[in-house]
Amino acid sequence: MRRAWVVAAFAALVILLAVGLTLDPREVPSPLIGKPAPAFDLPLLHAPDKTFSQKDMLGKVWILNVWASWCPPCLVEHPVVTALAKSGLAPVVGLNYKDAREDALPWLKRNGDPYLPTVFDATGRIGIDYGVYGVPETYVIDRRGVIRYKHIGPLTPEVARDKLEPLLKELNRAG
Amino acid sequence: MRASLLALALLVGPALAQDPALEKRVTGLAHELRCLVCQNQTLADSNAPLAVDLRNQIREQLAQGASEREVVDFMVARYGDFVLYRPPLKASTLALWIGPFVLLLAGALLLWRRIARRRVPEPQLSDAEHARAAKFLE
Repeated sequence: MRRAWVVAAFAALVILLAVGLTLDPREVPSPLIGKPAPAFDLPLLHAPDKTFSQKDMLGKVWILNVWASWCPPCLVEHPVVTALAKSGLAPVVGLNYKDAREDALPWLKRNGDPYLPTVFDATGRIGIDYGVYGVPETYVIDRRGVIRYKHIGPLTPEVARDKLEPLLKELNRAG
Repeated sequence: MRASLLALALLVGPALAQDPALEKRVTGLAHELRCLVCQNQTLADSNAPLAVDLRNQIREQLAQGASEREVVDFMVARYGDFVLYRPPLKASTLALWIGPFVLLLAGALLLWRRIARRRVPEPQLSDAEHARAAKFLE
């Protein structure tokens, strides 16, 4: 009887610790899910005299991808972002975060530019509004301008296939 | 040497030279908020670029007349409760707050029961041993 208790307590501890190991403490759940995408009106990376706002995307399902030329994981995820943009499921807007134009523009030239436009957030102020704390970060925003999903860290083909694509299809269908 | 010190003073100066009362409030708040890049540090302790940005954000908002409460709400709206270095007491964090005390109580209860149950057996001595003991005591 006593042994059964000890075994049960030990098993409970093992399960608790095992679950703890599978959680990633770096993945902080965003309070922005289900909330309207924070407003911005930022200059374009390619054309400093033109601006672009999240309002320009109202009525469309779209992806906001936060990237920077100084961020190695952004380079890693770039083929996935490119494939997503090419899939036609949703346009991808780039948010160039705390970068310099003379670094960001050659980076796009070297690695390809999948972005509908890229907006230029030199100070990172809009990044704060979106709760960005580690580039790259990716948001899915629906037709009404509500954030539906956030991915922190580089997009992998698995995340794109299992999470983003089904969600984008569903949102596109929802009309 | 003097030139480099002067350069340093010029760089650091504007941030430090500002209203010391404001800086005190900024530092006070920065100690209450978590740096999301290096998660076990507060914003005050961290020199990560995001921590610097967020400290500047705190300073800007306080300077514009925001209250401490408003700045904290601003941060929580963007980064969630996780940004609070001391987690708030609410339903989802109840286990975190009272868990240790429950465990302590359970441990104490278990210990008390075991001690209460433990009976020291009466020493059973044979007649020969009694006789020996009596001899020692003489």
